[in-house]
Amino acid sequence: MTPASAAQYTSTGLDTRKLAFWTFLGSECLLFGTLIATYLIYEGRSLSGPTPAEILNIPLTSISTFDLLMSSLAMVLALAAVERGDRLWARVWLATTAILGSVFLGFQVYEFTTFVHEGLTITTNLFGSTFFTLTGCHGLHVLVGVIWLTTLLILSFRNKLEPEKAMNVEIAGLYWHFVDVVWIVIFTVVYLIQRG
Amino acid sequence: MTDQVRSPARAHPTTGTYLAVAAVLTVVTLVELGVFYIPAFRPVLAPVLLVLSAGKFCLVVMFYMHLKQDHRLFAAILSAPLLLATALIIALMFLFGSWWLT
Repeated sequence: MTPASAAQYTSTGLDTRKLAFWTFLGSECLLFGTLIATYLIYEGRSLSGPTPAEILNIPLTSISTFDLLMSSLAMVLALAAVERGDRLWARVWLATTAILGSVFLGFQVYEFTTFVHEGLTITTNLFGSTFFTLTGCHGLHVLVGVIWLTTLLILSFRNKLEPEKAMNVEIAGLYWHFVDVVWIVIFTVVYLIQRG
Repeated sequence: MTDQVRSPARAHPTTGTYLAVAAVLTVVTLVELGVFYIPAFRPVLAPVLLVLSAGKFCLVVMFYMHLKQDHRLFAAILSAPLLLATALIIALMFLFGSWWLT
């Protein structure tokens, strides 16, 4: 049994915080499901440009996608370090995850700014409305994740992130990986499969 | 306290497994880009990319989110809304006639 799974007695034998968090992630599936559905329904129905093919920057987004995938690797390495009581590497990997998340946000800010300069805003057309809503909502989730990781890093520096507290890191990790898998879907559906 | 714990969670994967998964995710992302840029794949672009994306999704969920080792209830809690969301997307696309929009 991992330190992160050591918990108080429950009728299910499962950690209630983890159970609650998986339920929350289930609700998040439905949130992003509706946003993706809305994007797909309105895709190719804009009466004026710019269209996805004209404006989306695939090479740049591929780099940010790779960045987010690597942040997930850093997150699991952070959890492993916390579980074995390795404070130094726990801090290194938590900081790495937060930095990679911030870099992803930087890419998104750059992308949004470029789009606005090229004439695509949330009110320009249906593509702009659905694109900014979907990717903006995801970006907000990344921002929350970065703030969460930063608080864990601060706790670690105060020596309050011992192996018995590993569940806190595991739950933050679940959130971070969920944000990553949502982006995996968005990258494919929005950026690579362009239908209009 | 911990004497009463009956969690069926097993040990998490090793660092080597995490690195291997990261390598596979990187390769699959590169394959996705290859499929996107090679014109020959144009007729099968959507199904191929969706399969590759689903593969990446499963790898992260199973190994990084530890669903492969954790209790099956967690997998069920994620799978049910995920299937519902997928069904919702497909149903709405059919309803709004945007399934084969090109």
